[in-house]
Amino acid sequence: MKQPAAVLGVGQTRHRSKRTDVSIAGLCREAADRAVASAGLALADIDAVVVGKAPDLFEGVMMPELYLADALGAVGKPLLRVHTAGSVGGATGIVATSLVQAGLHRRVLALAFEKQSESNAMWALSIAPPFSIPVVAGAGGYFAPHIRAYIRRSGAPSHIGALVAVKDRRNGALNPYAHLQQGDITLEKVLASPMLWDPVRYDETCPSSDGACAVVIGDSDAASVAPGPVAWIRATAMRSEPTMFAGKDHVNPAAGRECVAALWRQAGITDPLNEIDVAEIYVPFSWYEPMWLENLGFAAAGDGWRLTEAGETALGGRLPVNPSGGVLSSNPIGASGLLRFAESALQVMGKAGAHQVPGARVALGHAYGGGSQFFSMWVVSSQPM
Amino acid sequence: MSQPLAESAPLRAPLEIEFDYTRSLGPVLSQFMAALAERRILGARGADGRVHAPPFEYDPMTAEPARELTDVGPEGTVISWSWMPDPLAGQPLAEPFAWALIRLDGADTAMLHAVDAGSAAAMRTGLRVRPRWAARPAGGIRDIACFEPCDGPAGAAAGAATAQDIGTERTPGMTITPVRLRYLHTASPGESAYLRGLAAGRLLGQRCGVCGQVYVPTRGTCPADGVTMTEEVELPESGTVTTFCIVNVGYPGQRVTPPYVAAAVLLDGADIAFQHLVLGCDASEVRMGLRVRAVWGEAGGISHFTPTSEPDALYETYARSL
Amino acid sequence: MSADVAVVGFAQSPCRVREDATTSGVEMLVPIFAEVFRACGLTRRDIGFWCSGSSDYLAGRAFSFVSAVDAIGAVPPAMESHVEMDAAWALYEAWAKVLTGEAEIALAYGFGKSSGAELRRVLALQLDPYLVAPLWPDSVSVAALQARLGLEAGRWTEKDMAEVAARSRAEARSNPDAQVSGSVTAAELLARPYVAEPLRAHDCAPVGDGAAVVIIASAARARELCERPAWISGFAHQVDSGSLGARDLLAVPSAAGAASAARAGSVELAELHAPFSHQELLLREALGLGEDVAVNPSGGALCGNPMFAAGLARIGLAARAVMSGRASRALGHATSGPALQQNLVCVLSGEAS
Repeated sequence: MKQPAAVLGVGQTRHRSKRTDVSIAGLCREAADRAVASAGLALADIDAVVVGKAPDLFEGVMMPELYLADALGAVGKPLLRVHTAGSVGGATGIVATSLVQAGLHRRVLALAFEKQSESNAMWALSIAPPFSIPVVAGAGGYFAPHIRAYIRRSGAPSHIGALVAVKDRRNGALNPYAHLQQGDITLEKVLASPMLWDPVRYDETCPSSDGACAVVIGDSDAASVAPGPVAWIRATAMRSEPTMFAGKDHVNPAAGRECVAALWRQAGITDPLNEIDVAEIYVPFSWYEPMWLENLGFAAAGDGWRLTEAGETALGGRLPVNPSGGVLSSNPIGASGLLRFAESALQVMGKAGAHQVPGARVALGHAYGGGSQFFSMWVVSSQPM
Repeated sequence: MSQPLAESAPLRAPLEIEFDYTRSLGPVLSQFMAALAERRILGARGADGRVHAPPFEYDPMTAEPARELTDVGPEGTVISWSWMPDPLAGQPLAEPFAWALIRLDGADTAMLHAVDAGSAAAMRTGLRVRPRWAARPAGGIRDIACFEPCDGPAGAAAGAATAQDIGTERTPGMTITPVRLRYLHTASPGESAYLRGLAAGRLLGQRCGVCGQVYVPTRGTCPADGVTMTEEVELPESGTVTTFCIVNVGYPGQRVTPPYVAAAVLLDGADIAFQHLVLGCDASEVRMGLRVRAVWGEAGGISHFTPTSEPDALYETYARSL
Repeated sequence: MSADVAVVGFAQSPCRVREDATTSGVEMLVPIFAEVFRACGLTRRDIGFWCSGSSDYLAGRAFSFVSAVDAIGAVPPAMESHVEMDAAWALYEAWAKVLTGEAEIALAYGFGKSSGAELRRVLALQLDPYLVAPLWPDSVSVAALQARLGLEAGRWTEKDMAEVAARSRAEARSNPDAQVSGSVTAAELLARPYVAEPLRAHDCAPVGDGAAVVIIASAARARELCERPAWISGFAHQVDSGSLGARDLLAVPSAAGAASAARAGSVELAELHAPFSHQELLLREALGLGEDVAVNPSGGALCGNPMFAAGLARIGLAARAVMSGRASRALGHATSGPALQQNLVCVLSGEAS
């Protein structure tokens, strides 16, 4: 019933704090043009377009896919716009994949973007409705208490978050598209950076970026005529849970655990740490690396930090995590999830350039959003199932 | 002591969202807006041979970027119109005016803009119109303030621009678009009941009839089961800090100067923690398990939580509510 | 055929201005979820995939759809997604999911509280952000421009528009969920003043709040859940250019294209998402609906238009007509964007393929 699907091409923009050289359409086209070109195609070869982005308030454009129809070559074609909070980039990739797996289209363009410099991300994330009295603003204030809870539960030493920040920023310096280029960052510098929401420091926090990412997904026939290697989509999974409910585990959310369980089952993976060659996971605050390593089953509960501390998540380690620099190096909110999916595909296609994990065959792409409640993930491979 | 929730009208309040969006125009629209400041209007030729004014950035037919821009108008012909008897906030004119699709001379497509015709009777398809330029161009589409009938008196800002007229406020390649929207926000029945309770000095929660969990604040629907909760539970003012962070960064509208503690507080008898402030001690003294009690504000509602002298709660008693 | 998917349930809340409803949609959704589950003999745990449609800008809040997740009881975690579009497109995403085999039963829901927003102004933000939106052309005025083009081209008269409104209101008398209904003649309507010449109040959908839900199931499950499932024999959507001035506003190629891709063929009944009276006339033509087709027996969007749920409701109503035996082939249409820019067609049939 389900048709095989593969990533034929990937494109992304140079992510920056402000892309004042382009319009919103121009930002999207930069990624879309690169994606179709890398697949050896033109926009005219695309059968359907799926756009994903975070709240419309960031750019002040309602339902921007309507404005973008012309720019994306979507006139006369099916066009969808997905919005699942921070996980939206991942959801966009999964919806596009479903359209191919359902046999509805041959080639689908998934595009996710954010041009959040047109407003202010902190403002957009912090608009309080009447009757509510905000205690913190922004994502950092929301997640910091859960990070504290993780540190308490796991007994992790206090510098683990800083180790992740150093690793991801140095990886970002190998990625010409990454917003933050901090090849000379050190542990000392991170530990000396201001504490924003204790226990989260400035250098352990993602930037606010303008950027876009596009992925062309095709069926078997399209993959067979692709000019270069493709990334076969072996499994996809999405799970959601409420923002708050009595007994919710904010540190190791059930939705994440059940999502990855379904994913590994679908992909036929029983020993993730050994079977996954590289993982691009959504880490907007550095401590989420050890937290997600546990949630994803790469480490037992309470032990994720040990993988980080041992250097196993660095390039050259057992499980390189975020060789692209991750969300800590670039965070156009709507695009960040698709960037994880795209970077995982680039790895198994052998197209990750200076941040390539040698011999990567099977990779994980992961995104999350909301109050640790929306999860979308995929497993890609250089070989079909 | 549990009683059913009383029926009462939900609380409502206005909500305004406003921001001045700073938009970058990109190469094509930058040219268009720069020309507007010089009182020229540009169009783009499409793959179908039609001149599009205003220009497209990407051709609707081929998705190719616009290449060459060409002067059109500035006069044009109304090809459709509608009447706006009570202009809305932000629209080009405060007095009644016409919206129109205007095909500028030399263009094959229409531009949507306003026509200051004075009355609906003065509007007709086929009317010849010309732009009324803004006195001081700001680098956006509103540098055309509106259109006016050609056969009317020449407005103050007609004809080619003089050096004095070309504004200096605009940043090339950028435009600022204010967006102001007003809403009437309605609190849920559960939220309204909670706020009314606070005003009466009571902390109200609800117990879900399916899972038996006690939620505070009252919210009406159990998120785990998707059912309406009707059983009201009054909660004491005492509770436990399950987890927290120390906020060092400011933001607009913040009530308390950093550093301060934002904590998850689990009231005794509740099954879920909620976010609040912990004040009355040094931020560094706050810890997971700290016992606290509510401090009521002068304006009603809880101002913050403050430590009591009780020994810390055991981790097991609140570990589920981190 | 194993690829067959059918609508097995539909419910909508009554369209009206609701003082008790919030922009999270929960108050409107909980009762209609209960209704449709009762009718199908299902519980929330039977749903393999949930997909919703709603808009932050309508709600005035970023991430406004997140609160609606409270209504679905996502504990244990659910497979769930969301489109920032009318829920008709959420149903499309759900249909694709069922076709992949990842879910056997899927639920699409949509909701909107238009009465809390300045709807006419909010929708201006759908227009080109550089060239048009800064002028704040409201949605009624944009529709009025399209209506006049048709009047001047001789495609319809103001009387034709009033007749659509009069007929719709008369039909809506038998629809308990309609916001507006009644017995009125076109002549009486024409005597009323313009609100945005050439549009009068009756030419525009009322502003109201509402929600809708549709449940679909794969073939094996559909036959268990419903005596006469409404089989989805075609489902397609397309978008036209965002440039109002470059597009021929009297042609709706995306509607014609969607109908063709959905292999609509001939249908007995059609529920068209036409929030303006002239748009029903445009869509009839674009979709090739003859005089013999019963159009909008519910009264259509002109009699009740809960934003982001109205398109889904059209599909639900068309499906209900098939499930009740009233029609053997019916069409549900949804639109998005200004002046019918984007269109979706879902064809329901009493026969599996």
